[in-house]
Amino acid sequence: MIEQRPSEERRRSSAAMDEARLRQQAIGVRLRQMFDEVVNEQVPEEFLEILRRADSRSSENG
Amino acid sequence: MAEDELHPKAAAAAARRPADDEAFKRELVQLIPHLRAFARTLCGDPAAADDLAQDAMMKAWDARASFQMGTNMKAWTFMILRNQFYSEKRRSWRQSQLDQEAAERTLVAVDDPEAPVALDELRQGLAMLPPEQREALILVGAGGFAYEEAAEICGCAVGTVKSRVSRARRALHVILDEGAYERDGAAAGDAMKSILADAERLSTVR
Repeated sequence: MIEQRPSEERRRSSAAMDEARLRQQAIGVRLRQMFDEVVNEQVPEEFLEILRRADSRSSENG
Repeated sequence: MAEDELHPKAAAAAARRPADDEAFKRELVQLIPHLRAFARTLCGDPAAADDLAQDAMMKAWDARASFQMGTNMKAWTFMILRNQFYSEKRRSWRQSQLDQEAAERTLVAVDDPEAPVALDELRQGLAMLPPEQREALILVGAGGFAYEEAAEICGCAVGTVKSRVSRARRALHVILDEGAYERDGAAAGDAMKSILADAERLSTVR
């Protein structure tokens, strides 16, 4: 379904779409940044400690 | 879980060698940072998020016999973490109501003034999305999962994930543009309702 629009309106709407796309890209970059910020944090020693304890527990049990 | 899976699983457990556990553990350790990041997006509060990530890590470890080495362990552990999160939520709705407040309290300002979208604005915007849209967007947009993998993690159809992601993107765009994240009690809530209604309308019209 193709709609006939005055060209001025079409031009404006395509500029708006470009802007929306850029905006989405910016959001995407920030989203990854937010996630990666935590990924790049040093893992608290507690995590590895828990895993070590579980490991020795399971080898004792056979 | 399918019934015919029980048998091979039991067999795998019986045939398990220490080397398998070692390989599993190595891979699991590498995933900890990602589990923490995903948990943080679900919980908001860093301490609660780490508790959740630890629980998920232990669940994964305990279930290692049912994991097929060579398949996608990241998706598998994310699924465990997500299930854990929602089962805890079911147990305690009161706690879950505090999630959003916690998310808002723990915002960290690490803004680059030049950046077009400030990080704490994004966090607040995310906090306003319905949870299923938020997690879909995070898995695909930040976690690096394909739509198919995200669908598996969330236990829904691929098309559902696609539509959640696109609605989340659209809603975030509007929230950030209109500055609706500026919490102003009821006013922000009302603004949000109309934004979500708009996003819904836009996504169905097309």
